[in-house]
Amino acid sequence: MINDPSSNIASALSITVDGKATTFTEGETIYQVATRLQKDIPTLCYDDRLEAFGGCRLCVVEVEGIRNPVASCTTKAADGMIVKTAPPKIEKMRKTLLEMVASENREIDVDPLRGLASQEFATLINRYDARSGRFNGAKSGTSNLKDLNPFILRDYEQCISCYRCVRVCAEQEGDYAITVANRGFHTQISTEFNNDLRDSDCTFCGQCIQTCPTGALADKKALRSEELPEPIKKTRTVCPYCAVGCSIDLMTKGDKIVGAQPAMDGPANKGALCIKGQFTYDFIQHEDRLQKPLMKQPDGTFKEVDWNTALDAAAKGFADARAKYGRHSIFGIASGRAPHEAAYTMQKFIRAGFGTHHIDNCSRA
Amino acid sequence: MSNPLKDMDKPDTIFAIGTNMTECHPVAATGLKKALTKGAKLIVADPRKTHLAELAHLHLPIRVGSDVALLLAMAHVIVREELADKEFIAERTGGFVQFEAHLQRFSPEWAAEICEVPAEDIEQAARWYGNAKLGAIYYTLGITEHICGVDNVQSLCNLALLTGNLGKEGTGINPMRGQNNIQGAGDCGAVPNNYVGFQPVTDKSFHEKFKEAYQQPEMDLGNQMTKVTALNLCGANEGGIHAMLIDGENTVVTDPDKNHCEKALKALDHLVVIDIFLTETAQMADIVLPASAWGETDGVQANTERRVQRLRAAVPSYGDSKPDWWIISEISKRLGTPGFEYDSAKDVFNELCELSPIYAGLNWDNIGDGNFQWPVPEEGHPGTPILHEDEFKDGKPGLFKVIGYRDPAEVIDDDYPVWLTTGRRLQAYHTRTQTGRASGIDYLLNEETLEVHPDDVADWGLIDGTMVKMASRRGEIELKVEATTRSPRGTVFTSFSFADTNVNILTGSGYDPVTQTAELKVCPVKIWPA
Ligand code: SF4
Ligand code: SF4
Ligand code: FES
Repeated sequence: MINDPSSNIASALSITVDGKATTFTEGETIYQVATRLQKDIPTLCYDDRLEAFGGCRLCVVEVEGIRNPVASCTTKAADGMIVKTAPPKIEKMRKTLLEMVASENREIDVDPLRGLASQEFATLINRYDARSGRFNGAKSGTSNLKDLNPFILRDYEQCISCYRCVRVCAEQEGDYAITVANRGFHTQISTEFNNDLRDSDCTFCGQCIQTCPTGALADKKALRSEELPEPIKKTRTVCPYCAVGCSIDLMTKGDKIVGAQPAMDGPANKGALCIKGQFTYDFIQHEDRLQKPLMKQPDGTFKEVDWNTALDAAAKGFADARAKYGRHSIFGIASGRAPHEAAYTMQKFIRAGFGTHHIDNCSRA
Repeated sequence: MSNPLKDMDKPDTIFAIGTNMTECHPVAATGLKKALTKGAKLIVADPRKTHLAELAHLHLPIRVGSDVALLLAMAHVIVREELADKEFIAERTGGFVQFEAHLQRFSPEWAAEICEVPAEDIEQAARWYGNAKLGAIYYTLGITEHICGVDNVQSLCNLALLTGNLGKEGTGINPMRGQNNIQGAGDCGAVPNNYVGFQPVTDKSFHEKFKEAYQQPEMDLGNQMTKVTALNLCGANEGGIHAMLIDGENTVVTDPDKNHCEKALKALDHLVVIDIFLTETAQMADIVLPASAWGETDGVQANTERRVQRLRAAVPSYGDSKPDWWIISEISKRLGTPGFEYDSAKDVFNELCELSPIYAGLNWDNIGDGNFQWPVPEEGHPGTPILHEDEFKDGKPGLFKVIGYRDPAEVIDDDYPVWLTTGRRLQAYHTRTQTGRASGIDYLLNEETLEVHPDDVADWGLIDGTMVKMASRRGEIELKVEATTRSPRGTVFTSFSFADTNVNILTGSGYDPVTQTAELKVCPVKIWPA
């Protein structure tokens, strides 16, 4: 078969997952193949943008011929492999694992404002009914709020040592702001010398917050709106700062902007953001915003007027200039920050209105 | 950019010049860092020891404003050592013979004097880039904000043409644009020289097309005017500018030579500013019109890789503010200009697509969240992630440009013996009208500093952390000095993000003769304790 050139499936690699045979490409993991088949294998330390780590063991599956369950996120699919993703024995192991982890954490249910992945843990605990497990002991301790930075809450009692934050920081950001201090029971995510993040290499990109599955690292700024009663609504848009054009979901409660989260499927950023896209959205509802049209008074101060008055006066000034000095006396400067519709109407204001090319933008910085 | 952002982890050799990418475009820089972990070589040409320079395998701390000299010498070495891609040159370029002859004079030794870096390092950079299978160039304002900005960019094009590093994945010449929609402003025709979609205003057929489309029989053929010229002509008796509409540009703070700019705007009969805050520029206006902000309006923007993306409103407009397009249309209607009867941003966008050959295949409903990178010449076209794949614009060959080196408009002398160069900081954006009002940013960045090499701090009798005065031929400012080896000796750095230490009072010694981009990166100054 293998040498038969007429057979185009001859060299295709095949694997059987829960009784269904399928092909795969060299290098794919069991988890990736199973996910393609819509199998819902639970994971905690997995983030598909990062190198698989194999730490939480929740994604284990049964492979025929191998005695112990294998972590599907790190094990490569092999030709002829027969895999069961959720036999009772494995499901029981997963439940036990989750019960143990849950017993060590202070809280299971955290506010979704904490971060994009913050609900993953609670969702799994519910799915496996692991809340009131045998290991359920007294939960103690409070958040470690020593770091006074205004952006990132470091609530390590919620940490389950999945290392997603450390890995996203190193692999995605190429920064090495956070590390793993100690091993085993005392494992703790920390900065070098346990300093404040401000004094580390941290750029406050927020990637660690967004990948944390328990909310141990959380969006402190968004959490300021935790008490608002309205549900969180997300609107897909693009960051207003630089020309990379990162896709983000703007989070609102009612008419208030409460936070931003990166869009994992954003074509330009694939889930990445920098401090500006992540944390500086709140200028738009700042009290310094202009609310009403303003007209300058003879004494040099501004007076609020209604739109009609302002627009009439604005137009009259241009009409007067045209009458007095001719159509070449008017100039327009468009914005490099406003959307296309602003730039387009600006140039049309000049070209259609006066028949000149007296139009430019702030093409710098 | 000639190539998409997702290509950034693909090159085996990266030449980054005049870009502080890890600070200005951190998300893009992550792609570059991935290329490095895969073993790519990084060459950084930048006067300062930026974070990116620290990651480099070869850092060329060239003197500010000496880029063209470096690039000429690199081309010289590539030709001399026969690293040029002869096939590519033969098939796709023109003007090589003249270019080759021109290069002879520009040896690495010659450039070493001007750039103040060793000739061997220039040779090394040339060899690495010349030998690259996939060599990519990245640059930002560090390259364009000079009187020779166009020469700089064309010198980079020469290098790419010489080595065939164009039109393939993981190569190209890739400017990292600054503002979120600066690409879009050009796309939309908000430039003096082009109608929407880069259709030149000097071209007869486009002139006819837009005369008709805009119902404007008086439309000028050519006769374009840049902002720089306009500011010079404000209030002038002869051919003067007397009325201006400014949309969301804090011109007074961002433009070089602030005093000149303020004077210009004051000389106007009529100034209307549309903005979201009462900026320094808005304060000078006769009428200020409050615009809806990002997050409050629907719209479209284009990123640095020419990707056309949808913006969506998440909250209602603040107070009585209105979308820019609505405000501009209302003024136009009152002036009796036809064609402004838009009901929505969608109407505006669809009109611009119809008039723009590079957007012809796009409309409000099919762009999705960034499905296309222009040109998209017709519906059903997949878009163009990589430019110049098979041919250059209109099938013409890529032409080598014969360029010579020029000194900056002002050079250091006994009175102003120090080079000042300006840039941006990660946590701040532009004039901070936005980031300055976002809570928490002050925790990280609350004042501007002047970065000076520790030895210079000592030599000039300054004390780290104290106030100093800095003056150029145009003015004087006061700010705090920070001793750091990021600055080379004899060159100091600061950003233009804080209005209260406005460095643009000092800059503005000259303009690129072609684009009239201001010389903002280089300015001779003197510094003394305050
Ligand atoms: S915010 Fe970004 S840089 Fe800082 S620790 Fe988190 S991932 Fe790393
Ligand atoms: S999140 Fe940062 S990198 Fe992305 S578009 Fe915004 S400013 Fe640019
Ligand atoms: S997801 Fe596979 S081990 Fe954690």
